[in-house]
Amino acid sequence: MIAHAIFFYVFSLIAIISAIMVTVSKNTVHSVFFLILDFISISCLFIMIGAEFLGMIMLIVYVGAVAVLFLFVVMMLNVAQQKNQWLLSEASSGHIPIGLIISALIFFELIIVIGGWKYKPDLFNSDNLDISNELSNTHSLGQILYTDYIHIFQISGMILLIAMIGAIVLTFRQREGVKKQSYIKQISRERSEGVEVLDVPSNKGVKIDD
Amino acid sequence: MEYFDIIFREVYKILFLLVPVLVSVAMIVWLDRRVWAFVQKRQGPNVVGPFGLLQSLADALKYIFKEIIIPASSNKVIFILAPIITMTLALIAWAVIPFNEGQVLANINVGILYIFAVSSLSVYGIIMGGWASNSKYPFLGAIRSAAQMVSYEVSIGIIIINVLLCVGSLNLSDIVLAQQEMWFIIPLFPMFVIFFISSLAETNRPPFDLPEAEAELVAGYQTEYSGMMYAMFWLGEYANILLMCALGSILFLGGWLSPIDIYPFTLVPGAVWLIFKILFLFILFALVKATVPRYRYDQLMRLGWKIFLPFSLIYVVLTASYLFYFNLLPTN
Repeated sequence: MIAHAIFFYVFSLIAIISAIMVTVSKNTVHSVFFLILDFISISCLFIMIGAEFLGMIMLIVYVGAVAVLFLFVVMMLNVAQQKNQWLLSEASSGHIPIGLIISALIFFELIIVIGGWKYKPDLFNSDNLDISNELSNTHSLGQILYTDYIHIFQISGMILLIAMIGAIVLTFRQREGVKKQSYIKQISRERSEGVEVLDVPSNKGVKIDD
Repeated sequence: MEYFDIIFREVYKILFLLVPVLVSVAMIVWLDRRVWAFVQKRQGPNVVGPFGLLQSLADALKYIFKEIIIPASSNKVIFILAPIITMTLALIAWAVIPFNEGQVLANINVGILYIFAVSSLSVYGIIMGGWASNSKYPFLGAIRSAAQMVSYEVSIGIIIINVLLCVGSLNLSDIVLAQQEMWFIIPLFPMFVIFFISSLAETNRPPFDLPEAEAELVAGYQTEYSGMMYAMFWLGEYANILLMCALGSILFLGGWLSPIDIYPFTLVPGAVWLIFKILFLFILFALVKATVPRYRYDQLMRLGWKIFLPFSLIYVVLTASYLFYFNLLPTN
């Protein structure tokens, strides 16, 4: 049990410190790396409470895909060179109160959720869910997700699909004068179209049409 | 004291797994160069030791004694972290590979997800190395590799779903045991082919070695690395290739199971069969390297997103409907 507690405190300490470093760090790329460290330590915490499926999915989805895209965008935009000078400049002072209000709102929401769960435990009673303790994590999650909550699950998938299509539609533009390869043309090319074997007379050469 | 006992026992087990893996990585580099040479009618490394077997050891010694150069304008911490992360991630995934029934370091319920997560993390070693070098070629290599690995992971994930539909468990030992009647390569042969090609792309092997395409990018993300740090990238890369071969043999070739279930063959320990299967897949990897020209980047992306992804999705629907219709869905 002691080892368990030690691991819990180590992982949560890393999670909290790296979460702070995400906002404090001067280099934007470093912020993303700290965010990744945060995700990893949170998934370690998930695994520690026995939610191994959630922990692994967290790693695969957030660290393996979402954070890679974050990093991609941050590196491509070259914001790393700006070193977050904006925060110290005059232009930022108007935005700081709004940011503080929003973070305070989120904080109170979290308190309300956790408080409600703590002081009124039957608000969400997990005994009502039809899970047997013998099943593994993945099985029981699947049994609930694909039976009772199938519509919510499908709708959330649809929302993601719509978001994806929206992003593609907003950013997609056909530019003029861009050279593109046509695969069908490339593949369907025959040897007879591209190569011609000529009998070259010596000392005269051959004229090739341009 | 109890804790120390447990820790020592675990460390002993881990060493017993990692040392063979590292030695086989060294040997596999030799095999790769040898196969490559034979395809091109060369001899390959044949001087150091019998058949040149000790060539990799000689190379490793050379790398250890070389100077580690850290570019002045690089981001030093991340520059040093990158090869360490690559190598660590390539090695920790071996924890869940079962070598025989019960012979596995960590028999966890979500073994396949663990391997998938670790292999999706391995892109960070490359991105960090490329970005921290603060130089154009490594950066281009890193960007290419990030896009490539993310795209091919998607199709690998869907191929794994195909196998999981037939097994009904995420445990790697269960996946192998489900193949006692028939290896999954027979019903899922198209998926095996796509898995093989995707794992070539996932490990940045030719014909998908665009992140380190020497004709365009010098050596891609490894350009600025030297000495032992370069060797660590290299070891990590080959350990990843071996891991993908092991995953392929567990998912499709029946892992430790003997190909013929008759008396003399069942005497051979399962680990030997698994090693034979890994070697078979690896020789395929090496032959592909020797025979196929490199892809163009847009062709690579098209192959991943427009061909492999729809095809494997359709195959998921086919597998699921077949299993459902004939009432073969695994129940437990």
